[in-house]
Amino acid sequence: MPSALPDGEPVPADGALPASALAGAADRPLGFYLHVPYCATRCGYCDFNTYTATELRGTGGVLASRDNYADTLVDEVRLARKVLGDDPREVRTVFVGGGTPTLLAAGDLVRMLGAIRDEFGLAPDAEITTEANPESVDPAYLATLREGGFNRISFGMQSAKQHVLKILDRTHTPGRPEACVAEARAAGFDHVNLDLIYGTPGESDDDWRASLDAALGAGPDHVSAYALIVEEGTQLARRIRRGEVPMTDDDVHADRYLIAEETLAAAGFDWYEVSNWATSDAGRCLHNELYWRGADWWGAGPGAHSHVGGVRWWNVKHPGAYAGALAAGKSPGAGREVLTDEDRRVERILLELRLREGVPLSLLREAGLAAARRALSEGLLEEGPYEAGSAVLTLRGRLLADAVVRDLVD
Amino acid sequence: MPAIPSHVPEPSRTDPALIRNFCIIAHIDHGKSTLADRMLQLTGVVEQRQMRAQYLDRMDIERERGITIKSQAVRLPWAPSHDEGTTHILNMIDTPGHVDFTYEVSRSLAACEGTILLVDAAQGIEAQTLANLYLAMENDLTIIPVLNKIDLPAAQPEKFAEELANLVGCDPDDVLKVSAKTGLGVDALLDKVVADIPAPVGVKDAPARAMIFDSVYDSYRGVVTYVRVIDGQLNKRERIRMMSTGATHELLEIGTNSPEMLAADGLGVGEVGYLITGVKDVRQSKVGDTVTSQHKGAEEALGGYKDPRPMVFSGLYPLDGSDYPLLREALDKLQLNDAALVYEPETSAALGFGFRVGFLGLLHLDVIRERLEREFNLDLIATAPNVVYRVVMEDGSEHTVTNPSEFPEGKIDEVYEPVVRATILAPTEFIGAIMELCQTRRGTLLGMDYLSEDRVEIRYTLPLAEIVFDFFDQLKSKTRGYASLDYEPTGEQTSSLVKVDILLHGDKVDAFSAITHKDQAYAYGVRLVAKLKELIPRQAFEVPVQAAIGSRVIARETIRAIRKDVLAKCYGGDISRKRKLLEKQKEGKKRMKMVGSVEVPQEAFIAVLSSDDSAGSGKGKK
Repeated sequence: MPSALPDGEPVPADGALPASALAGAADRPLGFYLHVPYCATRCGYCDFNTYTATELRGTGGVLASRDNYADTLVDEVRLARKVLGDDPREVRTVFVGGGTPTLLAAGDLVRMLGAIRDEFGLAPDAEITTEANPESVDPAYLATLREGGFNRISFGMQSAKQHVLKILDRTHTPGRPEACVAEARAAGFDHVNLDLIYGTPGESDDDWRASLDAALGAGPDHVSAYALIVEEGTQLARRIRRGEVPMTDDDVHADRYLIAEETLAAAGFDWYEVSNWATSDAGRCLHNELYWRGADWWGAGPGAHSHVGGVRWWNVKHPGAYAGALAAGKSPGAGREVLTDEDRRVERILLELRLREGVPLSLLREAGLAAARRALSEGLLEEGPYEAGSAVLTLRGRLLADAVVRDLVD
Repeated sequence: MPAIPSHVPEPSRTDPALIRNFCIIAHIDHGKSTLADRMLQLTGVVEQRQMRAQYLDRMDIERERGITIKSQAVRLPWAPSHDEGTTHILNMIDTPGHVDFTYEVSRSLAACEGTILLVDAAQGIEAQTLANLYLAMENDLTIIPVLNKIDLPAAQPEKFAEELANLVGCDPDDVLKVSAKTGLGVDALLDKVVADIPAPVGVKDAPARAMIFDSVYDSYRGVVTYVRVIDGQLNKRERIRMMSTGATHELLEIGTNSPEMLAADGLGVGEVGYLITGVKDVRQSKVGDTVTSQHKGAEEALGGYKDPRPMVFSGLYPLDGSDYPLLREALDKLQLNDAALVYEPETSAALGFGFRVGFLGLLHLDVIRERLEREFNLDLIATAPNVVYRVVMEDGSEHTVTNPSEFPEGKIDEVYEPVVRATILAPTEFIGAIMELCQTRRGTLLGMDYLSEDRVEIRYTLPLAEIVFDFFDQLKSKTRGYASLDYEPTGEQTSSLVKVDILLHGDKVDAFSAITHKDQAYAYGVRLVAKLKELIPRQAFEVPVQAAIGSRVIARETIRAIRKDVLAKCYGGDISRKRKLLEKQKEGKKRMKMVGSVEVPQEAFIAVLSSDDSAGSGKGKK
């Protein structure tokens, strides 16, 4: 999650939700995001809420350490149980992200998952993912995760090129992520993702093609490809400002995206979200789709974001403050917002347009419909789905998704 | 300090032989207002403790910028040292000091028999002062040359006395030397006014004829009209008639200023004072018009009346479209006090609703815009100033063009543009630079005279259009600030003028159209097209930016289509942030003006049109 938290109203000390949030909950899937805010080193491009220290002291002298982190997080899962009350839903997806989740012992991740199983129950076909750093896993680690119930794993590969990894401050050696895929397969993981980043300063079109080829060669069933965003306040932003590394042009990003689409499609991958491709519907990341479809998820951990029934809230960022709140029996929530009907309409357009299924035209008002017709004539929306009542982005439209959204919400 | 005179003659009963009507011609900063302050003190009309600097300048802007926009008249009693028993009446008429107000100056001069030519002893005479001096000479006024600020270390009284003597045609020893700041020599100056300036001459028993030389709107009293009675007498409570319009009004009050308004029974031959009729708009009481009695009034008006004619036009648009009614109200209010201000609603496809506003000149434009922004809290876009063109078509029809976008299409026979006679005074070392500048601005040299060994007067005929576009700034920078400029309209000339249109994605943008000489059209087109390419963000499609004369494209740039406008990542479920980003982008989009299908940021218009960095600046002070 990003370094800055939004403004919002305060979260009650017990974390209670307004009654409206739980109305009709049974019809919506429920997921859990578990944030692990630790990294061995800080990457120059990263503005997520993560810390390299292993011990951080919070208010009231509560010690948040990597070693007792799983216990603290389990406390929040129990809080979630209280807040959601008699919500009967089993959990459909769990996603452990970071930071670097695999800096924790595999048993810690399994224990965190176990708390969710104990408090809520897991659906029989639940998708249980963890992110993993290629340098911090080995076959034994992976076997423990698999045995503990994890069935999907996502490796941060980023690039196959040493000089690109260096700019990104990634410490793994080229080839290691591909080896991880094989190890994960051997450990019995059905679904394996590789995360890639394109548009890093110094990366060429051919470097990018090489990264895609290397990723595909390893045989994942899911690939995420993100354009490198230089966030304010990061080391990379400072280096670019000082002129030490060049800024990547938006047109280059567009070119790389087209290369990704072409290469991945040729290898049998279909896009299902602007930055995500999978070999089959089963290979899609269901948890990721919860975000885009406005479903409910509880984000546990420092700085994690949650959404339940039109209420969005976010936790305090600092692991010490986070641990301190839970130790005092309070919600670690830092702020929240209760969405209006119009907010929810706008969000649905904003989020669902990123998906292959698109946005139902019935969500649009008159000006938005006129904008959709314009977008159609400009080749930004697909004709077939439009005739059938949905706004679905074309390849060119995917590259201009934010501009299309700005018009459709009118 | 002399004693306050006794037996002061009262208005309407003052013997014309005791009256002296005079004004002060001076450059901005040469100390006119300070001199007026000293005279108010010396004659005792303002007590010491009430004195404040530049007493007569009313408006804040005037005081701040050190310029006088509105003139006034003050009745000063003075018993000269050579005739202490006789109290004379000195009417001091304060004249505007700037080139834009030449007509008002000429009417003020017409109300006087003499003038003090006040020149800074450290700087010498400036172009505008010289122009007004010539105007005074044409009006047969008695000139009293005076050097001010002789207490300054940098003063060169001998040198500039010589210069003044050459101009006026007197002996350098006859040039008075004063310090308005300390008061040194001011009493001698007042004595000289009594001694040298002729008393007014008029026909006492004739029907009343008074000339309006100023007209000021006061929010409490309505319009206050300043007049100089030429013949006959105006009396309180009679009905008066404005001879240019025939409109009649009741005279609610008549009086003089000392310097506050003081009601009187009337005004007789040669006297100067004010009238209040209850009218609410200075356009009903026009400078130069003749006032007479309704009953047995005069048949023939005094000569010299002219309707004020705007020379420079600019479109004024509120930055925020919802401020349009506010802008209208503000212009209405300013017009109450400014007969020369004309405006009419105008719609621009690019800028929305606004007004095409006519001004006497650039200072006038500057002052009005500043007052609109300051007093009425408006944020404005002012289009680049332009002049009025007369276009004669081959079929004989004629168009008056005050807005470049209205330049007619079709077969044009001749285009006429206004020209001015410009007078530039500068040290001789800058002659080359000045001539080069005037030459590139299509000037024709009329002549050159040396005022003294190292100062020269250069006269040019120049198209007014060349002056409204950053001429003054160029002149200042090429002469290190030493040159001064004056110009007066002298008529029109035919020129090879063309309209350059700017097209965005094939659509003409009215606000960017300009009329230029055909030799400069290409440079203008290239410059503007390049600037727009830089200022307009990339759109979903490729946008050609073209400059064209008619259908002929003379310059072209292309804004490449944007290819990527999407955030790849989802910020770990922080959808609030994503939605807020969208809201922010929507706000930004609102500040865009749609020109056809192209989104143009407000800033692009301001940057391209604003006269801030071209014609507008630096006019106020010197």
